Amino acid sequence: MEHGKYRFIVGFLIVPLTIYTVFVIWPFVQSIYYSFTDWTGLSPDFEMVGFDNYIKLFSDDVFWKSLQHSLLFLLLLPLVTISLALFFAFMINVGGRRRKNSAVSGVRGSSFYKIVYFFPQVLSIAIVALLFRFAYNPRSGSLNAALDAVGLSALKTAWLGNPETALWAVMAVMVWCTVGFFVVLFSAAMTSIPRDYYEAALLDGADRITTFFRITLPLLWDTVQSGWIYMGILALGAEAFAVVQIMTTGPGGPAYATTVLPLYVYLKAFRDGQAAYATTIGVALLVVTLAFAAVVLKLGRRERLEY
Amino acid sequence: MKTAGTLPEEPETTESETVGKALTRDPLRGTADKESAKGGEGGTLNVFSHGMLVLWAVMVVMPLLWAVMTSFKDDRSIFTSPWSPPTSLNFDNWSRAWSQAHMSEYFFNTLLVVGGSLVGTMLLGSMVAYVLARFDFPGNRFFYFLFIGGMSFPIILALVPLFYVMSNTGLLNTRHGLILAYIAYSLPFTTFFLTSFFRSLPTSVAEAALIDGASHTRTFFQVMLPMAKPGLISVGIFNFLGQWNQYMLPTVLNTDPDQRVLTQGLVELAASQGYKGDWSGLFAGLVMAMLPVLAAYIIFQRQVVAGLTAGALK
Repeated sequence: MEHGKYRFIVGFLIVPLTIYTVFVIWPFVQSIYYSFTDWTGLSPDFEMVGFDNYIKLFSDDVFWKSLQHSLLFLLLLPLVTISLALFFAFMINVGGRRRKNSAVSGVRGSSFYKIVYFFPQVLSIAIVALLFRFAYNPRSGSLNAALDAVGLSALKTAWLGNPETALWAVMAVMVWCTVGFFVVLFSAAMTSIPRDYYEAALLDGADRITTFFRITLPLLWDTVQSGWIYMGILALGAEAFAVVQIMTTGPGGPAYATTVLPLYVYLKAFRDGQAAYATTIGVALLVVTLAFAAVVLKLGRRERLEY
Repeated sequence: MKTAGTLPEEPETTESETVGKALTRDPLRGTADKESAKGGEGGTLNVFSHGMLVLWAVMVVMPLLWAVMTSFKDDRSIFTSPWSPPTSLNFDNWSRAWSQAHMSEYFFNTLLVVGGSLVGTMLLGSMVAYVLARFDFPGNRFFYFLFIGGMSFPIILALVPLFYVMSNTGLLNTRHGLILAYIAYSLPFTTFFLTSFFRSLPTSVAEAALIDGASHTRTFFQVMLPMAKPGLISVGIFNFLGQWNQYMLPTVLNTDPDQRVLTQGLVELAASQGYKGDWSGLFAGLVMAMLPVLAAYIIFQRQVVAGLTAGALK
C-alpha cells in the first residue's frame, strides 16, 4: 500500500495546484497587497501609500452608491427569490390534495412547471440580460408594448434609462432567472420529507399554511440556508456584474443609479486606470461577502432535525 | 380548511361505521372529497395558487417566445408592432447573423475553449479530489481548505492582478490562457464536490486492485474513475453550463475581437449592430445562442437538474 505513495500524491497534486495557485491564490493575495499602493495598472511602477486608498474610499460617493445597491441586492434578492421559489415548490410538491390516492402530491402539471421554470437557469446570464435589455427598450420593447395593449400606457417609461426604475428593472431580471433553480432545489429537498408527517398533520386538522410553516419549512431549513448563501454570492458577484454591465448604459446606469460593487471594481481597473484603487473596492466587496456568509450561518443555526 | 381533519360526514352511516371506513382507507381521500364538495376557502386558495403557477410559467416562456418570433421579423415591424407575429419568415436574418455577424466564429471559439477547459477541469479536479479524499498525508487538510476556499471569495477581486499576470506571460487574449483560467476557477467547486464523492465510495475494490499489483495511478484510472461516473457526470454538467455561460472571465481576460466567445460576442454584437440598426440579425444571433442549450436541457432534463442541484445541495 505504502509503496510510492508520496510520489503518487505529489504527481497528482502538482499540476492542479500550480494552475490554481498561479491563477487564483496568487492574484488574490496580490490584490490585497496592491490595495496599499498607488498602482495605475498602466505602468509597472508603483509606490506603497499605506491606507490612502481606504481613506479615499470613505469620501467616494460612487463607492457608497455601489455599496448601497449591492447591499440592497443582497437583502432583497434572496428574500424575493427564495420566497417565490418556496411557494412554487410547495404547490408543486405538496399543494395537490385530490390526486393519485396519495396524501400529498403536486398540483396538476407539476412536472411541466418544474421543467419550464428551470429554462432561464440554463441560459447564459449575458444572453438573458441582452434579451431583457430589448424587452425594456422604451421604443420597441415588448414590455411597453404590452402595457399599451392592456391599457396601462400611463405606466410606460424608459425602464433602464429612468434612474427611478433602472435598479428595480435589473433586479427583476435576476429574480426571473434564478427562481426556477430554487424551485427545483427545494422540490428535491421536499420529496425527501416523509409523507407520514403530512398525513399526521392533515389528520390533526392542519391547513396548508400551517403545514408549510410547521413541517415543510423547518425540515427544509438547511437547504434554504445554503440557498440563501448561494443567492447572496450571485447577488454580489459575477451575475450582478453581468446584468448591470450589459443592461444599463454607461455602464452603471444614469447617474450611477445601478452600479454595484463588482462593476465598480471593473470600471476603476479597466476603464479609469486605477488598478490599486479598484482592488481596494474589491477588498470592501470581500468584507461584505464574508460578513454576509457569517451572518446567515449564525442566524441559521438551529437544532438539526433528523428524519 | 380548518375542518379538514374531522372525519368525513356521511349521513347514511352510523358513527362507528364511519370511523371504521376512515381508518381502513387513506385518511386524506376523505378530506379531499369533502374539500371538493365544499369548495369555499380551499377553492379560493386553489385558484390563487394555480393562478400564480400559470402566471410564472407565462412570464418565463413569453420573453423566450418573443425573442424567437422577433428573430424572424424584418427591422421595421420589430419597431412598429413588437408583439405581433412575423408576417413572413425572414430566414435571411439567421444566415446574416451566422456568417456576417461572426456568430459562427463565436460558436467555434466557445466550443474550443469550453471543450479544453471541461476536459482539464474534470481530469485535474478528480485527481486532486481523489488524493485529498483517499490519502492521509501531512498538509491534507490545508490543501483541502486552500482549494475550497476559492468558492467563497469574489472572483472580480483576483481578476484585476490576474489580468496583468496574464498580460506579462503572454496568455492574455489567447484561447489556452482562457482555458487555464476557466480550469483554475472551476477547481474549487469540482474538488469540493468530488472529494466528498470519492469518500463515499467503498474502499475494498481499490484495495483489491492494489494487492493485485496495480499501481496507484492505474487504480485511479481503471478502478476509481469508472466507479465515480455518476459524480463526474453531475459535476461535469455543472461545469459545462458554467463555462459555456461564462461572461466575466472572458470580458476581462479576452479582449481581442478574434478570440471572442459566444456571450461576449453577442454583447459586442448588440453594441455594434445597434448602431447599424440590424435588430433582426441581432435577435437571430441571440436565439441561435439560446436554442442549443435549451434543446439540450429539454432532452437531458433529468441529468441537468440532478447535476445542478447536487452541486448546490452539497
